Amino acid sequence: MNPLSLLFHFGKFVDWQRQIYRRPENFRMYYKELVRQMFDIGLGSLPIIFLISIFLGAVTVTQFYYQMDGQFIPTSFIGYIVRDMMIIELSPTFSCIILAGKVGSNMAAEIGGMRQKEHIDAMDIMGVNTSAYLVMPKVLAALMMIPLLVTVSAFIGIAGGYLASVPVGLFTHNDYITGLRLFFEPHNIFIMFVKAATFAIILTSVSCYQGYFVKGGSIELGEASTRAVVYSIILILVADYIIALILT
Amino acid sequence: MIRAENIRKSFGDQEVLKGVDFTFEAGKTNLIIGRSGAGKTVLLKILVGLFAPTEGRVWYNDRDFSSLSKQQVRELRMEVGMLFQGNALFDSMTIEENIRFPMDMFTKMSMLKKQIRVDEVLERVSMEGINNKFPSEISGGMQKRVGIARSIVLNPKYLFCDEPNSGLDPKTSITIDELISNITDDNNITTIINTHDMNSVMEIGENICLLHQGKLAWQGNKDQVLQSDSEELHNFIFASPFLQKLVDRVGAKNI
Repeated sequence: MNPLSLLFHFGKFVDWQRQIYRRPENFRMYYKELVRQMFDIGLGSLPIIFLISIFLGAVTVTQFYYQMDGQFIPTSFIGYIVRDMMIIELSPTFSCIILAGKVGSNMAAEIGGMRQKEHIDAMDIMGVNTSAYLVMPKVLAALMMIPLLVTVSAFIGIAGGYLASVPVGLFTHNDYITGLRLFFEPHNIFIMFVKAATFAIILTSVSCYQGYFVKGGSIELGEASTRAVVYSIILILVADYIIALILT
Repeated sequence: MIRAENIRKSFGDQEVLKGVDFTFEAGKTNLIIGRSGAGKTVLLKILVGLFAPTEGRVWYNDRDFSSLSKQQVRELRMEVGMLFQGNALFDSMTIEENIRFPMDMFTKMSMLKKQIRVDEVLERVSMEGINNKFPSEISGGMQKRVGIARSIVLNPKYLFCDEPNSGLDPKTSITIDELISNITDDNNITTIINTHDMNSVMEIGENICLLHQGKLAWQGNKDQVLQSDSEELHNFIFASPFLQKLVDRVGAKNI
Protein backbone atom coordinates (compact mmCIF):
# COMPACT_ATOMS: atom_id res chain seq x y z
CA MET A 1 0.00 0.00 0.00
CA ASN A 2 1.48 3.37 -0.98
CA PRO A 3 1.67 6.24 1.54
CA LEU A 4 -1.03 8.29 -0.22
CA SER A 5 -3.46 5.40 -0.16
CA LEU A 6 -2.59 4.78 3.49
CA LEU A 7 -3.31 8.42 4.29
CA PHE A 8 -6.59 8.27 2.37
CA HIS A 9 -7.77 5.20 4.26
CA PHE A 10 -6.68 6.64 7.59
CA GLY A 11 -8.70 9.80 6.92
CA LYS A 12 -11.70 7.79 5.76
CA PHE A 13 -11.42 5.54 8.82
CA VAL A 14 -11.31 8.51 11.22
CA ASP A 15 -14.22 10.23 9.46
CA TRP A 16 -16.22 6.98 9.57
CA GLN A 17 -15.87 6.81 13.37
CA ARG A 18 -18.19 9.84 13.61
CA GLN A 19 -20.92 7.77 11.96
CA ILE A 20 -20.42 4.83 14.28
CA TYR A 21 -20.71 6.46 17.65
CA ARG A 22 -24.16 7.97 17.27
CA ARG A 23 -27.30 7.63 19.31
CA PRO A 24 -28.97 4.33 18.36
CA GLU A 25 -32.33 4.48 16.57
CA ASN A 26 -33.62 1.78 18.90
CA PHE A 27 -31.71 0.76 22.03
CA ARG A 28 -33.43 -2.63 22.24
CA MET A 29 -32.25 -3.65 18.77
CA TYR A 30 -28.71 -2.55 19.52
CA TYR A 31 -28.80 -4.36 22.84
CA LYS A 32 -29.98 -7.55 21.11
CA GLU A 33 -27.11 -7.27 18.66
CA LEU A 34 -24.70 -6.48 21.50
CA VAL A 35 -25.68 -9.64 23.36
CA ARG A 36 -25.31 -11.73 20.18
CA GLN A 37 -21.85 -10.31 19.62
CA MET A 38 -20.83 -10.82 23.25
CA PHE A 39 -21.86 -14.43 22.94
CA ASP A 40 -19.96 -14.86 19.65
CA ILE A 41 -16.81 -13.09 20.76
CA GLY A 42 -16.79 -14.28 24.36
CA LEU A 43 -18.04 -17.84 24.45
CA GLY A 44 -17.12 -18.46 20.82
CA SER A 45 -13.48 -17.64 21.47
CA LEU A 46 -13.11 -19.33 24.83
CA PRO A 47 -11.92 -22.74 23.55
CA ILE A 48 -9.14 -21.31 21.37
CA ILE A 49 -8.04 -18.91 24.13
CA PHE A 50 -8.00 -21.80 26.60
CA LEU A 51 -5.92 -23.92 24.25
CA ILE A 52 -3.30 -21.34 23.31
CA SER A 53 -2.98 -20.02 26.86
CA ILE A 54 -2.25 -23.38 28.39
CA PHE A 55 0.54 -23.95 25.85
CA LEU A 56 1.88 -20.40 26.23
CA GLY A 57 2.27 -20.97 29.96
CA ALA A 58 3.77 -24.40 29.44
CA VAL A 59 6.29 -23.22 26.83
CA THR A 60 7.29 -20.19 28.93
CA VAL A 61 8.05 -22.39 31.95
CA THR A 62 9.94 -24.94 29.90
CA GLN A 63 12.03 -22.30 28.09
CA PHE A 64 12.93 -20.39 31.24
CA TYR A 65 13.78 -23.55 33.13
CA TYR A 66 16.14 -24.43 30.27
CA GLN A 67 17.72 -20.94 30.19
CA MET A 68 18.14 -20.66 33.97
CA ASP A 69 19.32 -24.20 34.51
CA GLY A 70 22.69 -24.26 36.24
CA GLN A 71 22.61 -20.57 37.14
CA PHE A 72 22.43 -19.12 40.62
CA ILE A 73 18.80 -18.06 40.31
CA PRO A 74 16.18 -19.67 42.54
CA THR A 75 13.75 -21.85 40.55
CA SER A 76 10.87 -20.10 42.31
CA PHE A 77 11.66 -17.11 40.08
CA ILE A 78 10.20 -19.08 37.16
CA GLY A 79 6.71 -18.78 38.67
CA TYR A 80 7.25 -15.05 39.02
CA ILE A 81 8.45 -14.76 35.40
CA VAL A 82 5.54 -16.80 34.02
CA ARG A 83 3.03 -14.74 35.99
CA ASP A 84 4.32 -11.39 34.76
CA MET A 85 4.96 -12.61 31.22
CA MET A 86 1.38 -13.82 30.97
CA ILE A 87 -0.16 -10.73 32.59
CA ILE A 88 1.88 -8.04 30.90
CA GLU A 89 2.57 -9.44 27.48
CA LEU A 90 1.56 -12.91 26.41
CA SER A 91 -2.10 -12.95 27.45
CA PRO A 92 -3.15 -9.55 26.06
CA THR A 93 -0.97 -9.50 22.96
CA PHE A 94 -0.99 -13.12 21.91
CA SER A 95 -4.69 -13.58 22.67
CA CYS A 96 -5.59 -10.49 20.66
CA ILE A 97 -3.44 -11.60 17.74
CA ILE A 98 -5.31 -14.90 17.77
CA LEU A 99 -8.62 -13.03 18.12
CA ALA A 100 -7.69 -10.80 15.18
CA GLY A 101 -7.48 -13.97 13.14
CA LYS A 102 -10.66 -15.52 14.48
CA VAL A 103 -12.99 -12.65 15.37
CA GLY A 104 -11.54 -9.99 13.05
CA SER A 105 -11.69 -12.05 9.87
CA ASN A 106 -15.18 -13.20 10.84
CA MET A 107 -16.38 -9.61 11.25
CA ALA A 108 -14.83 -8.47 7.98
CA ALA A 109 -16.40 -11.40 6.12
CA GLU A 110 -19.80 -10.95 7.79
CA ILE A 111 -20.07 -7.22 7.07
CA GLY A 112 -18.44 -7.56 3.64
CA GLY A 113 -20.91 -10.31 2.74
CA MET A 114 -23.77 -8.05 3.80
CA ARG A 115 -22.38 -5.29 1.62
CA GLN A 116 -22.14 -7.58 -1.39
CA LYS A 117 -25.63 -9.01 -0.94
CA GLU A 118 -27.04 -5.46 -0.69
CA HIS A 119 -28.14 -6.05 2.93
CA ILE A 120 -26.39 -2.86 3.98
CA ASP A 121 -28.08 -0.93 1.15
CA ALA A 122 -31.42 -2.39 2.23
CA MET A 123 -30.86 -1.19 5.80
CA ASP A 124 -29.70 2.22 4.55
CA ILE A 125 -32.91 2.58 2.55
CA MET A 126 -34.92 1.72 5.65
CA GLY A 127 -33.19 4.62 7.39
CA VAL A 128 -30.90 2.56 9.62
CA ASN A 129 -27.52 4.09 10.45
CA THR A 130 -25.69 0.97 9.26
CA SER A 131 -22.28 2.12 10.44
CA ALA A 132 -23.61 2.38 13.97
CA TYR A 133 -25.87 -0.66 13.94
CA LEU A 134 -23.33 -3.03 12.42
CA VAL A 135 -20.18 -1.78 14.12
CA MET A 136 -20.95 -0.20 17.49
CA PRO A 137 -22.33 -3.40 19.11
CA LYS A 138 -19.28 -5.31 17.86
CA VAL A 139 -16.83 -2.78 19.30
CA LEU A 140 -18.69 -2.61 22.64
CA ALA A 141 -18.99 -6.40 22.84
CA ALA A 142 -15.27 -6.74 22.16
CA LEU A 143 -14.51 -4.07 24.75
CA MET A 144 -16.42 -6.05 27.35
CA MET A 145 -15.46 -9.59 26.38
CA ILE A 146 -11.82 -9.34 25.30
CA PRO A 147 -10.51 -8.05 28.67
CA LEU A 148 -12.38 -10.96 30.27
CA LEU A 149 -10.87 -13.41 27.80
CA VAL A 150 -7.43 -11.97 28.45
CA THR A 151 -7.95 -12.39 32.20
CA VAL A 152 -8.99 -15.99 31.66
CA SER A 153 -5.96 -16.45 29.42
CA ALA A 154 -3.62 -15.17 32.15
CA PHE A 155 -5.04 -17.63 34.70
CA ILE A 156 -4.97 -20.54 32.26
CA GLY A 157 -1.43 -19.67 31.17
CA ILE A 158 -0.22 -19.67 34.75
CA ALA A 159 -1.99 -22.98 35.31
CA GLY A 160 -0.41 -24.29 32.08
CA GLY A 161 3.00 -23.35 33.45
CA TYR A 162 2.25 -25.28 36.62
CA LEU A 163 1.09 -28.36 34.71
CA ALA A 164 4.20 -28.34 32.55
CA SER A 165 6.60 -28.10 35.45
CA VAL A 166 5.42 -29.46 38.81
CA PRO A 167 3.90 -32.83 37.75
CA VAL A 168 6.93 -33.61 35.56
CA GLY A 169 9.33 -32.75 38.38
CA LEU A 170 11.10 -29.63 37.06
CA PHE A 171 10.56 -28.05 40.47
CA THR A 172 8.18 -28.29 43.40
CA HIS A 173 4.67 -27.03 43.95
CA ASN A 174 5.99 -24.72 46.68
CA ASP A 175 8.64 -23.23 44.37
CA TYR A 176 6.03 -22.35 41.75
CA ILE A 177 3.49 -20.91 44.21
CA THR A 178 6.20 -18.92 45.98
CA GLY A 179 7.27 -17.51 42.63
CA LEU A 180 3.71 -16.52 41.78
CA ARG A 181 3.55 -14.50 45.01
CA LEU A 182 6.87 -12.71 44.49
CA PHE A 183 7.04 -8.98 43.70
CA PHE A 184 3.40 -8.70 42.67
CA GLU A 185 2.61 -5.30 41.12
CA PRO A 186 -1.12 -4.47 40.75
CA HIS A 187 -0.06 -1.90 38.13
CA ASN A 188 0.67 -4.83 35.80
CA ILE A 189 -2.99 -5.82 35.90
CA PHE A 190 -3.83 -2.27 34.86
CA ILE A 191 -1.40 -2.57 31.94
CA MET A 192 -3.06 -5.84 30.93
CA PHE A 193 -6.52 -4.27 30.85
CA VAL A 194 -5.32 -1.18 28.99
CA LYS A 195 -3.75 -3.42 26.38
CA ALA A 196 -6.80 -5.68 26.13
CA ALA A 197 -9.18 -2.74 25.68
CA THR A 198 -6.94 -0.99 23.15
CA PHE A 199 -6.41 -4.15 21.12
CA ALA A 200 -10.14 -4.91 21.25
CA ILE A 201 -10.95 -1.53 19.70
CA ILE A 202 -8.23 -1.92 17.09
CA LEU A 203 -9.14 -5.41 15.93
CA THR A 204 -12.89 -4.75 15.72
CA SER A 205 -12.69 -1.27 14.13
CA VAL A 206 -10.10 -2.25 11.54
CA SER A 207 -11.90 -5.46 10.63
CA CYS A 208 -15.31 -3.80 10.38
CA TYR A 209 -13.80 -1.03 8.22
CA GLN A 210 -12.37 -3.58 5.82
CA GLY A 211 -15.71 -5.36 5.56
CA TYR A 212 -17.92 -2.27 5.39
CA PHE A 213 -16.12 -0.69 2.46
CA VAL A 214 -15.44 -3.85 0.47
CA LYS A 215 -16.07 -3.62 -3.26
CA GLY A 216 -16.19 -6.34 -5.88
CA GLY A 217 -16.82 -10.04 -5.48
CA SER A 218 -15.70 -13.03 -3.48
CA ILE A 219 -12.00 -12.54 -4.27
CA GLU A 220 -12.12 -8.96 -2.94
CA LEU A 221 -14.01 -10.19 0.12
CA GLY A 222 -11.26 -12.71 0.81
CA GLU A 223 -8.64 -10.00 0.36
CA ALA A 224 -10.54 -7.69 2.72
CA SER A 225 -10.69 -10.45 5.30
CA THR A 226 -6.94 -11.01 4.99
CA ARG A 227 -6.24 -7.26 5.21
CA ALA A 228 -8.41 -7.11 8.34
CA VAL A 229 -6.21 -9.69 10.05
CA VAL A 230 -2.87 -8.37 8.80
CA TYR A 231 -3.55 -4.68 9.59
CA SER A 232 -5.07 -5.55 12.96
CA ILE A 233 -1.99 -7.55 13.94
CA ILE A 234 0.41 -4.83 12.79
CA LEU A 235 -1.54 -2.14 14.65
CA ILE A 236 -1.81 -4.33 17.76
CA LEU A 237 1.98 -4.74 17.83
CA VAL A 238 2.54 -1.01 17.30
CA ALA A 239 0.04 -0.19 20.06
CA ASP A 240 1.68 -2.80 22.28
CA TYR A 241 5.00 -1.01 21.98
CA ILE A 242 3.46 2.43 22.59
CA ILE A 243 1.58 1.22 25.69
CA ALA A 244 4.77 -0.44 26.97
CA LEU A 245 6.63 2.85 26.52
CA ILE A 246 3.96 4.87 28.30
CA LEU A 247 2.98 2.54 31.13
CA THR A 248 6.22 0.85 32.14
CA MET B 1 -43.83 13.04 -7.16
CA ILE B 2 -40.10 12.52 -7.61
CA ARG B 3 -38.19 14.65 -10.08
CA ALA B 4 -34.74 13.96 -11.48
CA GLU B 5 -33.21 17.23 -12.61
CA ASN B 6 -30.27 17.11 -15.01
CA ILE B 7 -28.76 14.03 -13.36
CA ARG B 8 -25.20 13.25 -14.38
CA LYS B 9 -23.09 10.49 -12.91
CA SER B 10 -19.55 9.47 -13.71
CA PHE B 11 -17.43 6.62 -12.40
CA GLY B 12 -13.86 7.67 -13.09
CA ASP B 13 -13.69 8.66 -16.75
CA GLN B 14 -16.86 6.87 -17.65
CA GLU B 15 -20.01 9.01 -17.72
CA VAL B 16 -22.93 6.68 -17.07
CA LEU B 17 -25.74 9.26 -16.91
CA LYS B 18 -25.53 12.29 -19.17
CA GLY B 19 -28.08 14.76 -17.91
CA VAL B 20 -31.35 12.93 -17.25
CA ASP B 21 -34.47 15.02 -16.62
CA PHE B 22 -37.60 13.10 -15.72
CA THR B 23 -40.63 13.39 -13.44
CA PHE B 24 -41.90 10.24 -11.76
CA GLU B 25 -45.58 10.81 -11.22
CA ALA B 26 -47.28 10.40 -7.86
CA GLY B 27 -49.56 7.41 -7.37
CA LYS B 28 -48.46 5.76 -10.60
CA THR B 29 -46.30 2.86 -11.68
CA ASN B 30 -43.27 4.57 -13.21
CA LEU B 31 -40.85 2.47 -15.23
CA ILE B 32 -37.22 3.08 -16.03
CA ILE B 33 -36.44 0.90 -19.01
CA GLY B 34 -33.43 0.37 -21.22
CA ARG B 35 -30.83 -2.13 -22.23
CA SER B 36 -28.22 -3.46 -19.84
CA GLY B 37 -25.63 -0.75 -19.23
CA ALA B 38 -28.03 2.07 -20.08
CA GLY B 39 -27.74 3.48 -16.55
CA LYS B 40 -31.08 2.29 -15.10
CA THR B 41 -29.75 0.92 -11.82
CA VAL B 42 -27.46 3.92 -11.36
CA LEU B 43 -30.42 6.27 -11.83
CA LEU B 44 -32.53 4.26 -9.39
CA LYS B 45 -29.76 4.27 -6.80
CA ILE B 46 -29.35 8.02 -7.23
CA LEU B 47 -33.08 8.49 -6.72
CA VAL B 48 -32.98 6.61 -3.40
CA GLY B 49 -29.74 8.26 -2.36
CA LEU B 50 -27.44 5.24 -2.46
CA PHE B 51 -25.30 7.07 -5.03
CA ALA B 52 -24.68 10.81 -5.08
CA PRO B 53 -25.05 12.36 -8.54
CA THR B 54 -21.98 14.05 -10.03
CA GLU B 55 -24.31 16.83 -11.07
CA GLY B 56 -28.03 17.52 -10.78
CA ARG B 57 -30.71 17.22 -8.14
CA VAL B 58 -33.40 14.82 -6.99
CA TRP B 59 -36.62 16.33 -5.68
CA TYR B 60 -39.12 14.51 -3.47
CA ASN B 61 -42.03 16.89 -3.99
CA ASP B 62 -40.48 20.14 -2.76
CA ARG B 63 -37.59 18.52 -0.85
CA ASP B 64 -34.20 18.66 -2.53
CA PHE B 65 -32.55 15.36 -1.54
CA SER B 66 -29.00 16.70 -1.80
CA SER B 67 -29.67 19.57 0.62
CA LEU B 68 -31.15 17.35 3.35
CA SER B 69 -29.19 16.66 6.53
CA LYS B 70 -28.36 13.05 7.41
CA GLN B 71 -31.19 13.05 9.94
CA GLN B 72 -33.64 14.39 7.36
CA VAL B 73 -32.48 11.76 4.89
CA ARG B 74 -33.19 9.07 7.46
CA GLU B 75 -36.64 10.55 8.09
CA LEU B 76 -37.33 10.65 4.36
CA ARG B 77 -36.25 7.05 4.05
CA MET B 78 -38.98 6.06 6.47
CA GLU B 79 -41.29 6.94 3.57
CA VAL B 80 -39.38 4.72 1.15
CA GLY B 81 -39.55 0.99 0.51
CA MET B 82 -37.25 -0.83 -1.84
CA LEU B 83 -37.19 -4.23 -3.47
CA PHE B 84 -33.66 -5.17 -4.48
CA GLN B 85 -32.68 -7.21 -7.51
CA GLY B 86 -31.24 -9.92 -5.25
CA ASN B 87 -34.03 -9.38 -2.69
CA ALA B 88 -31.52 -8.51 0.07
CA LEU B 89 -33.33 -10.62 2.64
CA PHE B 90 -31.22 -11.15 5.75
CA ASP B 91 -30.09 -14.80 5.59
CA SER B 92 -29.77 -15.33 9.32
CA MET B 93 -33.30 -14.13 10.05
CA THR B 94 -36.59 -15.92 9.46
CA ILE B 95 -39.12 -14.48 7.02
CA GLU B 96 -41.06 -13.02 9.92
CA GLU B 97 -37.95 -11.42 11.45
CA ASN B 98 -37.02 -10.00 8.05
CA ILE B 99 -40.41 -8.34 7.62
CA ARG B 100 -40.53 -7.25 11.26
CA PHE B 101 -37.07 -5.68 11.12
CA PRO B 102 -38.16 -2.15 10.05
CA MET B 103 -40.92 -2.21 12.69
CA ASP B 104 -38.52 -3.44 15.37
CA MET B 105 -36.09 -0.70 14.48
CA PHE B 106 -38.39 2.27 14.06
CA THR B 107 -41.67 1.69 15.84
CA LYS B 108 -42.80 1.11 19.39
CA MET B 109 -45.56 -1.26 18.35
CA SER B 110 -46.29 -4.17 20.66
CA MET B 111 -45.11 -7.59 19.55
CA LEU B 112 -48.72 -8.65 18.97
CA LYS B 113 -49.38 -5.70 16.65
CA LYS B 114 -46.16 -6.37 14.78
CA GLN B 115 -47.15 -9.99 14.40
CA ILE B 116 -50.54 -8.98 13.03
CA ARG B 117 -48.92 -6.57 10.59
CA VAL B 118 -46.46 -9.24 9.41
CA ASP B 119 -49.37 -11.60 8.75
CA GLU B 120 -51.23 -8.82 6.93
CA VAL B 121 -48.41 -8.06 4.50
CA LEU B 122 -47.65 -11.73 3.98
CA GLU B 123 -51.31 -12.26 3.10
CA ARG B 124 -51.12 -9.24 0.79
CA VAL B 125 -48.36 -10.93 -1.19
CA SER B 126 -50.08 -14.36 -0.94
CA MET B 127 -47.36 -15.86 1.22
CA GLU B 128 -49.25 -16.83 4.36
CA GLY B 129 -47.78 -19.44 6.68
CA ILE B 130 -44.10 -19.11 5.85
CA ASN B 131 -43.26 -16.94 8.87
CA ASN B 132 -40.74 -19.33 10.36
CA LYS B 133 -38.91 -20.31 7.21
CA PHE B 134 -35.51 -18.89 6.31
CA PRO B 135 -34.93 -17.11 2.96
CA SER B 136 -32.79 -20.02 1.76
CA GLU B 137 -35.77 -22.36 2.23
CA ILE B 138 -38.06 -20.60 -0.26
CA SER B 139 -37.93 -20.11 -4.04
CA GLY B 140 -36.74 -16.99 -5.90
CA GLY B 141 -40.31 -15.93 -6.71
CA MET B 142 -41.33 -16.33 -3.07
CA GLN B 143 -38.29 -14.32 -2.00
CA LYS B 144 -39.42 -11.50 -4.31
CA ARG B 145 -42.84 -11.52 -2.68
CA VAL B 146 -41.29 -11.48 0.79
CA GLY B 147 -39.03 -8.62 -0.35
CA ILE B 148 -42.15 -6.72 -1.44
CA ALA B 149 -43.83 -7.53 1.87
CA ARG B 150 -40.86 -6.12 3.79
CA SER B 151 -40.73 -3.00 1.64
CA ILE B 152 -44.41 -2.14 2.26
CA VAL B 153 -44.61 -3.09 5.92
CA LEU B 154 -44.23 0.52 7.11
CA ASN B 155 -46.71 1.85 4.51
CA PRO B 156 -44.20 3.76 2.39
CA LYS B 157 -45.13 6.65 0.12
CA TYR B 158 -42.53 5.61 -2.43
CA LEU B 159 -41.72 2.11 -3.61
CA PHE B 160 -38.57 1.39 -5.62
CA CYS B 161 -38.07 -1.94 -7.37
CA ASP B 162 -34.77 -2.86 -8.96
CA GLU B 163 -35.35 -5.47 -11.69
CA PRO B 164 -38.21 -7.24 -9.89
CA ASN B 165 -38.53 -9.80 -12.71
CA SER B 166 -34.91 -10.84 -12.94
CA GLY B 167 -34.39 -14.57 -12.56
CA LEU B 168 -38.10 -15.35 -12.69
CA ASP B 169 -40.06 -17.38 -15.22
CA PRO B 170 -42.49 -15.37 -17.42
CA LYS B 171 -45.59 -16.42 -15.50
CA THR B 172 -44.15 -15.54 -12.10
CA SER B 173 -42.88 -12.26 -13.59
CA ILE B 174 -46.41 -11.32 -14.60
CA THR B 175 -47.71 -12.19 -11.14
CA ILE B 176 -45.05 -10.02 -9.49
CA ASP B 177 -45.88 -7.14 -11.88
CA GLU B 178 -49.56 -7.41 -11.08
CA LEU B 179 -48.81 -7.51 -7.38
CA ILE B 180 -46.67 -4.36 -7.53
CA SER B 181 -49.24 -2.60 -9.69
CA ASN B 182 -52.09 -3.51 -7.33
CA ILE B 183 -50.13 -2.38 -4.29
CA THR B 184 -49.41 0.92 -6.04
CA ASP B 185 -53.08 1.48 -6.80
CA ASP B 186 -54.46 0.25 -3.48
CA ASN B 187 -52.05 2.27 -1.32
CA ASN B 188 -51.75 5.23 -3.71
CA ILE B 189 -47.97 5.11 -3.59
CA THR B 190 -45.44 6.31 -6.14
CA THR B 191 -43.71 3.28 -7.56
CA ILE B 192 -40.54 3.36 -9.62
CA ILE B 193 -39.50 0.14 -11.30
CA ASN B 194 -36.26 -0.44 -13.10
CA THR B 195 -36.76 -3.17 -15.67
CA HIS B 196 -35.96 -4.47 -19.12
CA ASP B 197 -38.90 -6.82 -19.19
CA MET B 198 -41.23 -6.01 -22.10
CA ASN B 199 -44.24 -7.62 -20.42
CA SER B 200 -43.87 -5.16 -17.57
CA VAL B 201 -43.67 -2.27 -20.00
CA MET B 202 -46.84 -3.28 -21.82
CA GLU B 203 -48.82 -4.29 -18.73
CA ILE B 204 -48.07 -1.85 -15.94
CA GLY B 205 -46.12 1.06 -17.49
CA GLU B 206 -48.18 4.14 -16.61
CA ASN B 207 -45.23 6.46 -16.98
CA ILE B 208 -42.18 5.19 -18.80
CA CYS B 209 -38.68 6.59 -19.11
CA LEU B 210 -36.42 4.93 -21.69
CA LEU B 211 -32.71 5.36 -21.06
CA HIS B 212 -30.30 4.89 -23.92
CA GLN B 213 -26.56 5.34 -23.42
CA GLY B 214 -27.14 7.40 -20.29
CA LYS B 215 -29.69 9.77 -21.81
CA LEU B 216 -33.46 9.99 -21.74
CA ALA B 217 -34.40 8.63 -25.17
CA TRP B 218 -38.17 8.44 -24.88
CA GLN B 219 -40.97 9.01 -22.39
CA GLY B 220 -44.63 8.08 -22.44
CA ASN B 221 -46.98 5.35 -21.24
CA LYS B 222 -47.81 1.78 -22.24
CA ASP B 223 -50.51 2.93 -24.68
CA GLN B 224 -48.07 5.16 -26.53
CA VAL B 225 -45.30 2.57 -26.86
CA LEU B 226 -46.43 0.97 -30.10
CA GLN B 227 -47.51 4.27 -31.62
CA SER B 228 -44.12 5.85 -31.07
CA ASP B 229 -41.68 6.52 -33.89
CA SER B 230 -38.67 6.53 -31.56
CA GLU B 231 -35.93 4.42 -33.08
CA GLU B 232 -34.35 3.69 -29.67
CA LEU B 233 -37.69 2.50 -28.31
CA HIS B 234 -38.29 0.23 -31.27
CA ASN B 235 -34.79 -1.19 -31.05
CA PHE B 236 -35.38 -1.91 -27.39
CA ILE B 237 -38.87 -3.38 -27.72
CA PHE B 238 -38.31 -5.47 -30.80
CA ALA B 239 -34.90 -6.74 -29.87
CA SER B 240 -36.04 -10.38 -30.02
CA PRO B 241 -35.82 -11.96 -33.51
CA PHE B 242 -39.37 -13.31 -33.21
CA LEU B 243 -40.87 -9.89 -32.56
CA GLN B 244 -38.71 -8.35 -35.27
CA LYS B 245 -40.12 -10.81 -37.82
CA LEU B 246 -43.63 -10.03 -36.60
CA VAL B 247 -43.04 -6.32 -37.01
CA ASP B 248 -41.61 -6.83 -40.47
CA ARG B 249 -44.74 -8.72 -41.45
CA VAL B 250 -47.56 -6.66 -39.90
CA GLY B 251 -45.93 -3.38 -38.84
CA ALA B 252 -45.38 -2.19 -35.25
CA LYS B 253 -48.59 -0.19 -35.00
CA ASN B 254 -50.71 -3.17 -36.00
CA ILE B 255 -49.42 -5.53 -33.35
